[in-house]
Amino acid sequence: MKALKQNAIWLVFIIEIAIFAYFNPRFLSLPNIVNISRQVSYYGIASIGMTFVILIAGIDLSIGSIIALVNVVCAYLMMNMGWNMWLAIIISIAMAILIGILNGWMVASIGIPAIIATFASQTIFRGCAYLLSGGLPIPDLLRYAPEAGLNGNPTLGFFARWTLNRWEIFKAMGDIGLIPICAIIMVLCFAVGSFILNKSYFGRYFYAIGGNEEASELSGIRVNRMKYLIYALSGFFAGLAGIVLLSRSGSAQSTAAIGFEFEVITCVVLGGVSVAGGIGRMSGVIAGVLIIGSLKSGMIMMNVSEYTQMVVQGLVLAVAVGVDCFSKKRQAS
Amino acid sequence: MAEDYVLELEHIRKEYPGVVALKDVTLQLRRGEILGLIGENGAGKSTLIKCCSGAVIPTSGKIRIKKEKDGEVKEFTRMTPQLASENGIAIIYQEFNNVGELSAAENMFLGRPILKKNGIVIDRKAMEAEAAKAFEQLNIKINPRTLVKNLSVGYQQMVEIAKAIQQNAQVLIMDEPSAPLTTNEVESMFKVVELLKSRGVSIIYISHRLEEIFRLSDRIEVIRDGEYVDTLITDKDPATIPHQVDDLIKLMVGREMTQKYPPREPCIRNDEVVLELQHVYGNGDEDISFQIHAGEVLGLGGLVGAGRTEIAEVIFGAKPKESGKIIFMGKEINPKSPRAAIDHGIALLPEDRKRHGALLTNSIKNNISMPIYERISKATVINSKLEYSIAAGYKEDIQIKCPSIHQLVKNLSGGNQQKVILAKWLAAQSKLIIFDEPTRGIDVGAKFEIYKLINDLVEDGVAVLMISSEMEELIGMSDRIIVLAENKIMGELQKDEFNADTIMSYASGVIPENKKEAS
Repeated sequence: MKALKQNAIWLVFIIEIAIFAYFNPRFLSLPNIVNISRQVSYYGIASIGMTFVILIAGIDLSIGSIIALVNVVCAYLMMNMGWNMWLAIIISIAMAILIGILNGWMVASIGIPAIIATFASQTIFRGCAYLLSGGLPIPDLLRYAPEAGLNGNPTLGFFARWTLNRWEIFKAMGDIGLIPICAIIMVLCFAVGSFILNKSYFGRYFYAIGGNEEASELSGIRVNRMKYLIYALSGFFAGLAGIVLLSRSGSAQSTAAIGFEFEVITCVVLGGVSVAGGIGRMSGVIAGVLIIGSLKSGMIMMNVSEYTQMVVQGLVLAVAVGVDCFSKKRQAS
Repeated sequence: MAEDYVLELEHIRKEYPGVVALKDVTLQLRRGEILGLIGENGAGKSTLIKCCSGAVIPTSGKIRIKKEKDGEVKEFTRMTPQLASENGIAIIYQEFNNVGELSAAENMFLGRPILKKNGIVIDRKAMEAEAAKAFEQLNIKINPRTLVKNLSVGYQQMVEIAKAIQQNAQVLIMDEPSAPLTTNEVESMFKVVELLKSRGVSIIYISHRLEEIFRLSDRIEVIRDGEYVDTLITDKDPATIPHQVDDLIKLMVGREMTQKYPPREPCIRNDEVVLELQHVYGNGDEDISFQIHAGEVLGLGGLVGAGRTEIAEVIFGAKPKESGKIIFMGKEINPKSPRAAIDHGIALLPEDRKRHGALLTNSIKNNISMPIYERISKATVINSKLEYSIAAGYKEDIQIKCPSIHQLVKNLSGGNQQKVILAKWLAAQSKLIIFDEPTRGIDVGAKFEIYKLINDLVEDGVAVLMISSEMEELIGMSDRIIVLAENKIMGELQKDEFNADTIMSYASGVIPENKKEAS
C-alpha cells in the first residue's frame, strides 16, 4: 500500500504517455523521445536545487533570472571578450553560485522571507542580464572560434586545444550515439541529488530543518549554514541548467527562462515534495519532471495552443499542491 | 439506553496505517455527572475525544447522543464538527481556539455572528450583551470588549467555556484543562465546572492530575493502550483516596508501582566539577554562580518565569552570555551555538518537547543520530550500518517502545519521545545533561522510567541539571537544589534540608526564617 502510494506518480506518468501515444503514435517514436529528453534536461537539472530549497520549506524564485544572466555572461565572455569556452562556463557557474549565496545570506542572516528575498534577486539579476546585453540577444554562438580563447589565455592552452575540436558541444551539446549529452548531464545531476539526499548527512539535515527549524538547531544542526549551502546549490544547478539552455539555443537571450521558476516548482511539487517542507523524494521529482516534459511535448504535437498550455500547466500545479494538502488533511483525521 | 445516558460511545476503534490508536473503547456519560477519563499518554484519550468532535473518523463503532429536549436518541458512525455542535457536544482543547486580536464577545460568536436586522452588519451590542449574560451565568467577571490576547490564560479558557454554554452544549469535554493554569485559576475553573454540573451539563474531564479527578469526578473511567479497562465510582472520603490512587495507577499502567522515585546509591564525585558558572549574566538572568559535580543531580527550582530555562539556554549556547565565566571540565568555554555546546559534551532536553526537542516528522533513527552524523560519516557519506546499530542499541538500552526505529517520532507517546531525545544525547556522549521539566505531560509509568534513566546517568558519572516545577520531583530526584526567583539565585538547599516550604519561600523571593541567621 505504501509502495503504491509512493509510486503513484509513476502510474500517472505511464497513463499520460499512453494517452498521448493513443492520440499520436509518433509520440513514442525514437526521435520524439530523444527530443523530450533534450527538452526536459534543463528544468530537470534546475529542479534538483529547487527540491532542496522546498524541502527546507523555502522557495527560490531567482533561478529563471540566474539562467538568463548565465546565458548572457557566458556568451559575452566568449564572444565579446574572446575567453576560452570552459573558462567562461566555470566563471558563469561560479557567478550563479554567488547569487545563490546572496539569496542564502538574505534568507538566513538577514531573515527576509525566502519568497521576497529570491523575488528581489529575480528582479535584480534579470535587470543585470538586460544591462549587460543591452536587451539584445548575443547570437551566433555557433560561429564562436575557440582559437580566440587560446590567444586570450595562453595558460589555458591545453583546455583550448582540447575544446578546439569539441566546440560542437555548443551545437545542441551534441549527442553520444542517440543520447543527447544534456540528458546525460541531467541523469548525472539526479544521481548527485539522490546521493546528497539519501546517502550524505546533508540530506538528513535538510529533512530535519524542513520538519522543524528550531528543534534542528537545538539538535546541533547549524541551520544557517545549511541554508547558505542549499541556496548556493540551487544557484549552482540553475547555472548548469543555464549552460545547457545556452548550448541548445546557440544564442544568449536576456529574456530567456522568464517564468521558468514556476515550471520547476510545478515539477518538484508534482513529484511529491511538500511545500510545507520536510517531505519528498528525488525519485518523485524525476517523475514530476518527466510528466511535465512529456505533457508539454505531447500538447505541442497535438497542436494545443501556447495559451492553452499555460492553462493546463497552471491546473497541474494547483492539482499537485491540492493532492498534497488534501492527503495531509485526511491523514490528520 | 436503559439508563439516562446523554452520550454513549460503543466499541470505538480507530486504525491508522500501521498503528491501532483505539482498539475498543466504550464510554457512557450520565446526565449531569462529571466523568474523569484517565490513562497513560498514548492510551488514546485524545483520539477518543477527537472521535466525539468529528476531527477523527472512527474505523468502527457507534456514537449515540440523547437530545435533552425530547429525549430522542440519535446514532452516528462518525461525527463532524457541525454535527457535534448541533448535538450539543463542545470540547475545550489544551490549545484554545481563540483569536487573540478579537474581543471576548467576538470570539464567542466567531463564525455565527449576531446580525442587525438588515442581515449584513454585525450587531456588536447584541453580541456583547449575550456574552455578558453568559459570563454572568458562570459567575465570572470578564468585560466582553476586552481583547482575548489581553486576558490571562485562565480567562481565555473561561471564554471558551462560556462559548460552549452559550451554544447550549449539554456535553462538555475538557482535555487537560488545568495544565496551563495557575493554582488560583485552577480553583476558579473548578468552581465553574461544578456550577455547570449543578445545571445538568455532563462533563468528561481528562487530566493527569489524579487529585483533581478525585475532587471533581463522580465516576472515573480508565483506558489503557486504546482499550477500555474499568470504570470506578469515585469515593470522596479522604481516607480512602491514597488506596484509590494506587488502584488507579495499577489500572493505568497495568503493573504495580511500588515507589514513585527509584532509589539511587549516592554517586557524587565531589572532586570532579563538571560545570561551574561564575557570575554569569545573560538572557535576562543576573549573577548566576553554581557548580555541578560528576554523578550529581542538581535541581533547579523556582516559579515559572524565574529564569531557569533562560540559564539553561545560555549554558547550551542557544542564547548569548553577556558576562561571567562558564567553566566546563576545567576549561573556560563560551559556546556560541548549540552545536558548539554539544561538541563540548553539553545536552539539553527542552521543556517543549514537540517544538524544541524532537524532530517529529523524522524517524526515531534519524533523531538519535542527528547530533553525531558528522562523526559517523566519511567524506559526508553516512555509515548507514553504524547509524542503524547505534539507534537500535539505544532503543534496547532505554526501552523505547516502537515497532521499528524507522517509525516517525510524531507517532510515539510523550514518554517515548522524551526517551528518543535522551538517546540522542547519549549517542552524543554528553557529560552534562540539562533536563528542562523532564516529565511534563508524561504519564505515571513512563515518568518512573525517566527517573530510572536519570539515575543510570549519574551512576555513570554524568552530571545532571534538572529544572522542575513539580516540587515532589525536585525533592525526590535532586542531590542538591538551587532556587531561582526573578532571574537571581535565592538560595541553595543540601539534601538534608529539603523541604517544600523552604523551597516555596525562596521561589517567592523570601528568605525563610530558619535560613536567615545562616546567611
